Amino acid sequence: MNRYRAGTFGLELVMVAVAALFAFPLYILVNVAVRRSGDLSSPARPTTDPTLANFADAWREAGLAGAIANSLVVTVLSVLIVVAVSSMAAYPLARIGARWSQWTFLLVMLGLLLPFQLALIPLYQTMRDLGLLGSLWSLVLFYSGLQVPFTTFLYVGFIRALPPDYEEAALIDGAGPLVLFGRVVLPLLRPVTGTAAILNAIFVWNDFLTPLLYLSGSRQQTIPVAIFGFVGQYTSNWSLVFAGLIIGVVPILAVYFLMQRRIITGFAGGLKG
Amino acid sequence: MKAGRAPWWFLVPALALYAFVVLVPSAQGAAFAFTDWDGLDPVRRFIGLDNFREILRDPAGRGAAVNTLVIAIAITVIQNAIGLLLALGVNARIRSRNVLRVLLFAPAVMTPVVTAYLWKFMYAPEGAINGLFDAVGLGAWHSDFLGNPSIVLWSVVGVVVWQFAGYSMVIFLAGLQGIPAEVIEQSMVDGAGPVKRFWYVVRPALAPAITVNLMLSIIGGLKLFDQVWVMTGGGPGRASETLSTLIYKNAFQFGEFGYSIALALVLTVAVAVLSAGQYRLLRAQEGGDA
Repeated sequence: MNRYRAGTFGLELVMVAVAALFAFPLYILVNVAVRRSGDLSSPARPTTDPTLANFADAWREAGLAGAIANSLVVTVLSVLIVVAVSSMAAYPLARIGARWSQWTFLLVMLGLLLPFQLALIPLYQTMRDLGLLGSLWSLVLFYSGLQVPFTTFLYVGFIRALPPDYEEAALIDGAGPLVLFGRVVLPLLRPVTGTAAILNAIFVWNDFLTPLLYLSGSRQQTIPVAIFGFVGQYTSNWSLVFAGLIIGVVPILAVYFLMQRRIITGFAGGLKG
Repeated sequence: MKAGRAPWWFLVPALALYAFVVLVPSAQGAAFAFTDWDGLDPVRRFIGLDNFREILRDPAGRGAAVNTLVIAIAITVIQNAIGLLLALGVNARIRSRNVLRVLLFAPAVMTPVVTAYLWKFMYAPEGAINGLFDAVGLGAWHSDFLGNPSIVLWSVVGVVVWQFAGYSMVIFLAGLQGIPAEVIEQSMVDGAGPVKRFWYVVRPALAPAITVNLMLSIIGGLKLFDQVWVMTGGGPGRASETLSTLIYKNAFQFGEFGYSIALALVLTVAVAVLSAGQYRLLRAQEGGDA
């Protein structure tokens, strides 16, 4: 059954055709973005006289440089914080078998089930009362808390499968808990830290509703909100709009194609809440 | 002396953030759902179940609940069926399988706002999809995908399925790769045909992947907001209104916070009941050790 037979070739043709169908929207995206504004032929027909001018225009008109910078700041800070606090929290949760530890774990896992819509409105009021609306800090704070259950879940599963021998050896050497965690445990967690960082970063970068709410009325924008506002302004000029969409999505696609193996295994292994 | 090496206070930063962002506001939300809060007035009056009666009476609330359920079930069924077929396809010994995996998963990492605008354009009456239909002689299928109230929900489902079928695929694929080749070979020696082989050999081994996939797609479908907000804003009329878009409109455009939070509580209960029910059912299938 390991040979490449006629049936395998047939399957290959079918799968390539299916993949072409899936890629069709991406072809349209690029094809329309390189089109001149006077070109009114069908969007499916290959553009005969391509131009890159739309990208320069979209970059200027949509203020995408500022939005990309904001998205980067929010994503990097949120991921750093959520990975730091969740890996620390997972350590006692995974290593202490006492009843209080098990109940705390369940309490944290409850967060995987609660839709954030329930917390959305009361938290919006709290952020307003604290004067955080319109600031990137409100987003960093939000994601740092929202992603604790999912990230802790990943770490606890990983630490439970880790033999405690190294920690015990370090303990005999007389290391304190912070040194022990930072020097011995954290390096052992590197694979799951990579997965947690990637999955959280993609989630934060793509999120739309939270920045739409927390940044509305301010001049700060993240990529999805900037694109939302930009398209609303230029709905008739789709070539310009599509160039903007491509600029907005290129950073994440570039990261994806560079690290595709890691990212796919990360998604396949991690349960996303 | 386990407590000495894993101190309890390591939990404090994570629990503080989690309580501030999730636990406390969720508890507040569950309590405010029984009040007439308008978001500004510090005085909230307890009005019992009035908000929930209003949801049942209000055609917009009922409609959004039904739409949300239809979308969630349709996405769950279609996305997983396609994801499973794709996984079986790229798990075979075809030469392009690595390239195809990377390509088919790519939409899943793209920003939903971007893919939604892309599809809004393709769905337009003179857009790429109708153009494609005309070009291959299927002009009769020419439709106003987002303007026709009787098909708009399916147009939304189509976008989500396109974007996340590759996500279901990689989870199924991880399950398929856990099946040793000898097991499949043995079943072929025993004379099992492809359908029997799938049902008795592949399906039981895929049970955990099925559980994860169904949970992810049903929760994602119930919470759907971005794609609907960008493509239709809940329209035409209220034909594609979901609980999430209605919550957003009522709270942040009309200031009806109490009613909005009651809607959110309905959504929460739906997520909890559906995912818990599904989880128990599927774990029983997996072998009942849960």
